[in-house]
Amino acid sequence: MTTALIVLPLAAALVIWVLPLNDVSAGALALLAALAEVGVWIQLAARYDFGPGGLQFAQQRNWFSDLHVSYHVGVYGFSVWLTGLTVIVMAAAIAYGFWAGRDRLRAYLGLMLFLTGAVVGVFTAQDLLLFYAFFEAMMIPLYVLVGVWGGPGRLGATLKFVLFTMAGSLLMLASIVVYGLSQNTFDLVKIGQSSSNWIFLGFVAAFAIKAPLFPLHGWLPDAYRESSPEVAAILSGVVSKAAAYGFLRIAVTKFPEPTQHYRAPILALAAIGLIYGSLLAFRAPDIRGVIAYSSLAQMGLITMGVFSVNDLGLDGSVLQMVNHGLVSATLFLLAGMVERRTLTGQLSRLGGMARGRPVLATVLLTTGVIALAVPLSSAFAGEFLILAGVFRHGWAWSVVGAVAIVLAAAYVLRLVSAILHRDIGPSVSDAALDLRPAELGVVVPMLACLLALSAWPAAITQHSFRGDRPQADVAQGFK
Amino acid sequence: MIPRPHVDWFALAPVNSLLAATGLALLCAVLAPARSRKAVTATLCGLGYATALGFAVALYVKSAHGHGVVVDAFRRDRLAELTAIIVAGSGILATAVSYRERWREDHIGEYYALLAASGAGMVFFVGANNLLTLFLALEWFSICLYILCAIDRDRLSGLEAALKYLIIGGFGSAVLLFGAALVYGATGAIDFPGIAAAGHEHDALLLFGLAMLIAGLAFKASAAPFHMWTPDVYEGAPTPLTAYMAAATKTVALVVMLRILVTAFPGDAYVWTRALAVIAVCSLVIGNYAALVQKGVKRMLAYSSISHAGFMLIAVATGSSLGARALLYYLVPYAAMSIGSFAVVAARERELGVPVTFANMAGFGWERPVLGISMWAFLLGFAGFPLTGGFIGKFYVFAAAYRHGWTWLVIVGVLATLVSLYYYLGLVRAMFMRRSEDLQLAPIGGSPPRDALLQTAVVACLVVTVGSFFAVQPLIDLAKHAASSLPF
Repeated sequence: MTTALIVLPLAAALVIWVLPLNDVSAGALALLAALAEVGVWIQLAARYDFGPGGLQFAQQRNWFSDLHVSYHVGVYGFSVWLTGLTVIVMAAAIAYGFWAGRDRLRAYLGLMLFLTGAVVGVFTAQDLLLFYAFFEAMMIPLYVLVGVWGGPGRLGATLKFVLFTMAGSLLMLASIVVYGLSQNTFDLVKIGQSSSNWIFLGFVAAFAIKAPLFPLHGWLPDAYRESSPEVAAILSGVVSKAAAYGFLRIAVTKFPEPTQHYRAPILALAAIGLIYGSLLAFRAPDIRGVIAYSSLAQMGLITMGVFSVNDLGLDGSVLQMVNHGLVSATLFLLAGMVERRTLTGQLSRLGGMARGRPVLATVLLTTGVIALAVPLSSAFAGEFLILAGVFRHGWAWSVVGAVAIVLAAAYVLRLVSAILHRDIGPSVSDAALDLRPAELGVVVPMLACLLALSAWPAAITQHSFRGDRPQADVAQGFK
Repeated sequence: MIPRPHVDWFALAPVNSLLAATGLALLCAVLAPARSRKAVTATLCGLGYATALGFAVALYVKSAHGHGVVVDAFRRDRLAELTAIIVAGSGILATAVSYRERWREDHIGEYYALLAASGAGMVFFVGANNLLTLFLALEWFSICLYILCAIDRDRLSGLEAALKYLIIGGFGSAVLLFGAALVYGATGAIDFPGIAAAGHEHDALLLFGLAMLIAGLAFKASAAPFHMWTPDVYEGAPTPLTAYMAAATKTVALVVMLRILVTAFPGDAYVWTRALAVIAVCSLVIGNYAALVQKGVKRMLAYSSISHAGFMLIAVATGSSLGARALLYYLVPYAAMSIGSFAVVAARERELGVPVTFANMAGFGWERPVLGISMWAFLLGFAGFPLTGGFIGKFYVFAAAYRHGWTWLVIVGVLATLVSLYYYLGLVRAMFMRRSEDLQLAPIGGSPPRDALLQTAVVACLVVTVGSFFAVQPLIDLAKHAASSLPF
């Protein structure tokens, strides 16, 4: 079942590349495959037994035995939610790309499906080398998706993006070689805990760049601004979660002592990123800038939760990963829809779009309200848990987090009012229509998921770790 | 009556089938009518390589216990046969890529004859078991390659490349010969096991000879600092031949280096492991940094081949069974990626009629999707991305270095890989990401030539490159059996 979840989009990508379909049938096929992927995931989530939790739907085949590397996949409770996030966001992105009519559609949609398979692979791989292979395989389609279909500054943006992330992941490769050979297995379930600071830092470097954490976010604003909206949605909604997942699945689980040792500096970097990202988001001149920097802030918050390594923090960070994934993907797609109507993302040229466009206003405001974590929203639940989690390591961390939540309210409201309210901006013409039904079909499912999670955040918090005791589960290395 | 040694003709069958192809091709170069000369000789060359491949496979299966043949001058073992398989495969692909090359065809028969002869020399080279056969085989294939570089007399760059290759290659051979003489002087033996058995480990004369042998072989493997000829020769030689040299010559030079060091100089391992590690680091640094600034695609690939020599030398330098497996595994996807990438360059060259640069690759990926996507895969494979065998190869090399206690070498390798991304992805960018105004969608030489043979060869390389990522276990088993014929 796990293998099906990985292979289905890859196979669909191959079919779309090979068959000489026209744009409409290629798009329909891709969308069908993406929806089928969601269907497979629903099956998986429904059949996953959250009572005992732990690794389920595991499949293992030998890959090469002399270094003890195998194809080993399976899902934990939290991987169920992260793969769910992936398949839903990817389906929305594929649908939007199809609807927006990108040129060279077959190549585009094939790459999107390929990316889906790779990301699902990252969340389900239970072998270090396999994990790395999927982690790198994500880069291949992303490089092209940003580099070919991006905006005018795309070449510089892709170069920066690739060099940053590859620097991190190659350090991780060195760590994987050393770690796996010293433990004589690459199996993530079997491999023992290590106390080596160097190996730990190799992994942390890769994930900190991918997330990104302050001060390694140099690639982020360009990549998020220059890519097409649906690719930006994937980058910030899904791909960044692969890094947070890595922190959770490998860094804190396999390296308890180094985690202890480096907790203060990592929390400090995350906290700086949180405040700094929020401030930059408040000052950013364009929609994408606001969302990009808020993503930096949110990833800081999630990292704080993971590195608190206690029940509250871990539960909160998994919930927040899903929340932020859905929120930022929705916001990026909405940004794309606004840009499509006004041909600009500059906030100074926008404004007054609420008048005569009630659907856009409703959707944007609802998403914004969830993003700024008003009480009763799922983001509120996630952020509250994370703050309560880091509180155990010193009250100051929670104060920083609380300040950042206030800042989040400020930048989200600034964004919403700059688009929807105030006077009608110079780029907003009366011809700019309200959201079309197809666009609604793309964003409303994600919004519905957010509302469902707001109603029942325990769906994730109580169904992610074995016996609902995250700290003990992590301490045992998810055995 | 002079006593005749017993000759195991089966062990020599791959060499002899290639020699037979050479002889027949030379005959046809004279006798066959000019119209069909190219087709006949190319077919003979391809058949020669295919027969050699078949014999090498049979020998691999039937040589579980390696032993010397023809009074121990030649080894019949799985290491030699696996390498022969790689060489023969490269030869078949190179023949296919050569077929539609646009050049003066008055010596086309000789071209294919020499191509087969050089393959015979290489296959003999990897089986060499004493210093004399080693030198003989080295000169055998080198001389063929010198002539092949210059065979298109209209290309000045080809003549220049051949001259450079001749002079520097001759120098390298002389160094190797001198080293062989010194080793013989120190030990009184010319066969590899005999040199090891002589037990003069710390003799200065022997060490000097060893150093010169390593230098001579490093010339052929184009490892820095013995690489000066590589960019010029790779650039100037006809592109199909460059593909063949990049894949086959490097393969045999590295395998022979592994064999001679492990068999003949086990007592001096503390010297040559360190020396090779230094050469490997030099190759990684020089290859990668020089590749960064290249404008011509062939020169970039030449420098990249120098850096890959560095990676594979790391595996040789560990002097371990794991290192040998890493090398033999690495060679399979590496050979495929080299031939494939140069074949794509050849295709572009035929379209444009000018040397291929980063700038005039613009739009190629969209224009010729099969070749473009294959090139993309080869470049990603060179850069060590997953879904290609290049990734597993690098992983094995790093694993071997770590097991040897050289974590620093792993770090150097990782940094070199990072640098290499810039130019590999730079070419991907050139092929796929230029603005549509920059695209060169109208080739100078009319419509792109239909070239089914070249495309088939490229697709075959793609299959090997990607397939070796999935079929690691079978390949590693082959490599393991081949490595077990060396005394680790």
